[in-house]
Amino acid sequence: MNTPSATAGHAATPAWKEWLFTTDHKRIGVLYLVGSMAAFGVAGLMALIIRLEQMDLGMQYITSGTQYNGFLYFHGAAMILAFLIPGLTGFAANYFLPIMIGARDVAFPRINAFSVWLFYFAIILALLSFVIPDAPDIMWTGYPPYSITTAGNTSFYVFTVHLLGFSSILGAVNFLVTVIYMRAPGMGWNQLNVFTWTTVAAFVMQLIFIPVLAAAVTLLLFDKYLGTHFYDPSAGGDVLLYQNLFWFYSHPAVYVIFLPAVGILFEILTTMGKNQVFNYKAAIYGGVWGIVGIAGIVWIHHLYVTGMPDWLRLGHMVTTLLISVPVGILTLSMWGTLWKSAITYNTAMMYAASCLYLILLGGLTGIPLALPSLTLHLSETSYVHAHFHFIMALFSAFALFAGIYYWFPKMTGRYADGAVATLSFWLNFIGVNVTFWPLFIIGVEGMPRRYWDYQMFPQFEGYHHIATYGAFIIAAGMLLQFANFIYSAVAGKKAPLNPWNSQSLEWTHTQSPPGPGNFVEDVVVDENWSPYNYNK
Amino acid sequence: MKLLTAILTMAATTLLASQALAEDTLANPPASWDHLWNEVMIDLYIIGGIFSTAAIYMLIKFRAKSPDQVGTAKTLSPVQSIGWVLIPAAIFMADDFFLAANGWTVWNEYRRVPEDAMEIKATGYQWYWEFEYEDGTVTEELVMPVGQPVVLRMTSSDVIHSFGVPHYRVKEDVMPGRITYIWLNPVEENETVVQCAEFCGNDHANMWTAVRAVPQEEFDAWLSASADEPTFDIDEWKDAWSESQRSAAR
Repeated sequence: MNTPSATAGHAATPAWKEWLFTTDHKRIGVLYLVGSMAAFGVAGLMALIIRLEQMDLGMQYITSGTQYNGFLYFHGAAMILAFLIPGLTGFAANYFLPIMIGARDVAFPRINAFSVWLFYFAIILALLSFVIPDAPDIMWTGYPPYSITTAGNTSFYVFTVHLLGFSSILGAVNFLVTVIYMRAPGMGWNQLNVFTWTTVAAFVMQLIFIPVLAAAVTLLLFDKYLGTHFYDPSAGGDVLLYQNLFWFYSHPAVYVIFLPAVGILFEILTTMGKNQVFNYKAAIYGGVWGIVGIAGIVWIHHLYVTGMPDWLRLGHMVTTLLISVPVGILTLSMWGTLWKSAITYNTAMMYAASCLYLILLGGLTGIPLALPSLTLHLSETSYVHAHFHFIMALFSAFALFAGIYYWFPKMTGRYADGAVATLSFWLNFIGVNVTFWPLFIIGVEGMPRRYWDYQMFPQFEGYHHIATYGAFIIAAGMLLQFANFIYSAVAGKKAPLNPWNSQSLEWTHTQSPPGPGNFVEDVVVDENWSPYNYNK
Repeated sequence: MKLLTAILTMAATTLLASQALAEDTLANPPASWDHLWNEVMIDLYIIGGIFSTAAIYMLIKFRAKSPDQVGTAKTLSPVQSIGWVLIPAAIFMADDFFLAANGWTVWNEYRRVPEDAMEIKATGYQWYWEFEYEDGTVTEELVMPVGQPVVLRMTSSDVIHSFGVPHYRVKEDVMPGRITYIWLNPVEENETVVQCAEFCGNDHANMWTAVRAVPQEEFDAWLSASADEPTFDIDEWKDAWSESQRSAAR
């Protein structure tokens, strides 16, 4: 494999050029990290505006409902499509997956570079919606007919999805080929890191399901701008076609986010606990692949109140409930990994421990939503809003931040741990609970989602106040956290090559940061090697 | 899957039959909803209690005493590995089917419309609701006589809305080109709201109106009074609405 180090010898190449034209998977990973964190920052600001507006009855800060809807649209779309997915399958997978399998780069480094720049073009396109007249106001779901009849510019949504989808498909092909053909000699499938497996599973789902989303939004574009009638019932189309296509992708997309987050968690629990994965094969073949197997047949639970036929709603109730089996096996493995471990606490481990709480709370609050009868009341309330924030947004974001603290010494040669990191962790952890618990409570009482005003429920004002205070606690925590990342990268305490005494290849066989081509010598492992060999 | 469906159908019918024997009064979905919700909550508290206790115990108990200490968990034997899959999977699935059967029963209550239900047509517009009674009277609030089950045949004239009444624990989307239904059982006098529960644009948050359950005589009087009123005037409504917006903005 041609290593992307051709420019390394020429000291004259300016740094910006090296980054702009890089095909090194680690630099591409860092580019994904920077882009996804930028998206997180902007979408986080939107969240603060949303919370401020909901704080009191009546109109406070916005000038129209449409403006509020634009903020909501951007918050949702950017957090899911430009922060969580690129942060986990872009940054974490790009930087560490090739090293974990002992490869010098990905199979197609130039396609990899193309992927990251497609992602940046998508972010730029999404940000342009702040300067164009009639920004998209269609939520990240973009349901027709509203997305077709609105004055908002739906095409910005469609083309953003196209660019990101194209980027993800190319990334998926690239990484699947890499894992299949470029593992270090001697490395069998049962010796892979859990993170490698979960990422492979995520990429398989991206490859299968993204084309369906692309088709759904393309038909939207045709309907709105070319006068076709795919979703127009007055001309024989069907409004529910879009929702079926959309959720056929977007439910698996939840697992595309969830699984790599679980993988990061396993890396941290094993390394910090110096323990092997509990029931490794069950976790991989039962848990991870069980989720992949079931991911494509549960989407109707997003359409429980749309008048789908009863047999479909009840059938998907059963499949949805059965998700608890693979997720339960995965959870048991996670818990079992703690058993008889020897845990060292640091910021990464604190985030990982809080993820155990988040997966439990977020997962269990999903069970009522698996039942169509309970969903008849809970659908589109802030209960749903709190549930998916806990399981998808917060769990995955906390796992990603855990991963950043965990891999920080490898990426920079310095620790990001310290008093500021600890303080920001506690602010974030307390903040998310203060923000989202009140939303559970008023959700069960009937508070609808996506409302900037709630004149019919003035008694909820107090809860909204508390939730808004929570959002600002998170904001303070995140500001501290990012300041700490930047400070630590430049002037943090120097770390040894393997500060956590991990057995995984990215720690045992590379410099910090790994140089071009990753390894000084080619990695060869034997059948006794395992990334979790602590008790041998 | 067929077997699964058969088992579930049996479970559901048995439960339904036993319930039908126990009471021959009219179903009351919101009460069943609350009952099922409490049942599920107990389930969640038990699972959550076990897992969180285990996690907290292990996170405290298994701290490293020295930096060089390693974990001492043994690799599972093949039998143990399989046992740790099959037994938990069986427990989870048993719980799933228990919940599914109960959920199905309540679902049937929600979907089976009583025969003597009064038909009302509901239409969603951007951004208001319109109700048409059997005698052709068109109103902008939903009024029902106490004790009279009501079935709403619903559609939308523009984009997707959703007819959600938290008090009656029910919600169903209204869509252009499709007709959906829900039924309500007003068991006692009550005044509550229906709100739009599917994102529909600028005034989504203001798309709500009163839902009242009143005694039969009061209902009859209200219906004939509404019939005498001129048909609902959208322009007038819009003016009144934007006036209320202006005052809210001040």
